[in-house]
Amino acid sequence: MVELATAWVRAESAARTSYGRLLALLAAQDGDIAAAEDALAEAFEQALRRWPDAGAPDNPEAWLLTVARNRRRDRYRSAAHRTGVPLEEAAHLAVGDDTDPESIPDHRLALLFVCAHPAVEATVRTPLMLQTVLGVPAQDIAEAFAVPATTMRQRLVRAKRRVRDAGVPFALPDRDAMPGRLAGVLEAVYGAYTIDWQGIAGPAERGHLAGEALHLARILAGLLPDEPEALGLAALVCLSAARSTARTGPDGGFLAPDEQDTADWDGGLIEEGERLLRSAYRLGRPGRFQLEAAIQSVHCARRVTGCTDWPALRALHQALLSAAPTLGATVSLAAVLARTDGPAAGLALLDTLTGPAAQRFQPAWATRAHLLARTGDRAAARAAFTQAIALTTHPAPRRHLLALRDRLTSL
Amino acid sequence: MMRYCLLLHSPEPAEGEIPAEEIAAFQHAYQAYARDLETAGVLLSADVLHPSTATRTVTLRTGALQVQDGPFADTKEALAGVFVIDVDGPDAALAWAERCPGAQYGTVEVRPTATAVLDGQWSS
Repeated sequence: MVELATAWVRAESAARTSYGRLLALLAAQDGDIAAAEDALAEAFEQALRRWPDAGAPDNPEAWLLTVARNRRRDRYRSAAHRTGVPLEEAAHLAVGDDTDPESIPDHRLALLFVCAHPAVEATVRTPLMLQTVLGVPAQDIAEAFAVPATTMRQRLVRAKRRVRDAGVPFALPDRDAMPGRLAGVLEAVYGAYTIDWQGIAGPAERGHLAGEALHLARILAGLLPDEPEALGLAALVCLSAARSTARTGPDGGFLAPDEQDTADWDGGLIEEGERLLRSAYRLGRPGRFQLEAAIQSVHCARRVTGCTDWPALRALHQALLSAAPTLGATVSLAAVLARTDGPAAGLALLDTLTGPAAQRFQPAWATRAHLLARTGDRAAARAAFTQAIALTTHPAPRRHLLALRDRLTSL
Repeated sequence: MMRYCLLLHSPEPAEGEIPAEEIAAFQHAYQAYARDLETAGVLLSADVLHPSTATRTVTLRTGALQVQDGPFADTKEALAGVFVIDVDGPDAALAWAERCPGAQYGTVEVRPTATAVLDGQWSS
């Protein structure tokens, strides 16, 4: 029984830590991700069958790799044409294979670049990374994106077919193409993190991927230690994840960083984030993700200082808005301006948002409502809350906004 | 408040083409969608339709009754469902259309209602 448990633990830990490494290596052979996944799945199945009796090998990773490679080779051989590649001796599969785990080359960075390749549709890049690099089940990815599992599976299958058929190379881009391609990789990893924020899925579903974005960002930072934006992105995800449990109020509503109880924050993650951010700064090339991480860092500093440095936040949000002008960045700056310069300043910035996309942007209306309430214009605040509520389809944030509007009326 | 029809259009699968597991997944998604529509108090009605093979078309346009099997227009995507909602304007209607599971595999047409029968009278 003990052996069985040990073997399972070994398989589990091998699954969690080496899935992406093994898959990247297998897929890099011929660019066929789906075939590599099948071979690896069979290897894991065989491990779960054999290890309980035979004992887990000293190097489970090498064992799994060998079995998966042989599976792939069997497939080739059973195909109509012969490849002429000799099958490895069965003895090679013997338990206790002592190949050095460090000698298994790490192709995960190439795999990340494949997932974010221009040939892969932008919307499926994040799901593809989660599935191939981390081994997250399609079901969990689907739930986080609020899409039926079969729909997500189809998208992933199509993307892998596209990678194979288009001959997307499992290699790092050359120096000229690197900046553009890296931006795509960062964006897709960031996509795993923003699932939390876009409110696509309900809070229950989002929990599935909360840890996975962190995992992915850490892997990327580890693989690109000289790339400040990769470090900045990992810092951002750490500093944000550190406060994830403190973000929801008792009524299910969203709590802004300055309303959260710092006792609920994760000190370890904050320290890790700060370390990453310092390493990024040292490289001397600022960028959007480092700015976003710096904003999180200012919020996290309240844990020590007891107060929020609003002027610092204003400067960072202004810099972020010029680096990455988005609706979200504008709304965030408006909220900070309301703190530093008064609600009228925030409202003036919100007034600059025009166009249909801004009209449909729920956070703009929610922020406007809060700021109008602070100016004392209750009628206008009520109207803005009403519009924010109309644009909110999930029950918990809706309830929260309704309560705020009711409180305004009863004053 | 304004009435909108969310008209779901999608390709029509052959019998047995969609695996049971997928049907269950979509039923689950529609269940959650209906629950949230109800909670928000914006749902007036929601009908998901049988395939267009079950459709019969009636017209007196030529002066005589004509009943024909099949839909009015033979298109790649067929009308598959009608959700009637009562919301605070066009942007809210779009927000609900975006949440509709039908938007994942088809298109959702968002059409404002011009007039509807309320308490036995056509609304103005």
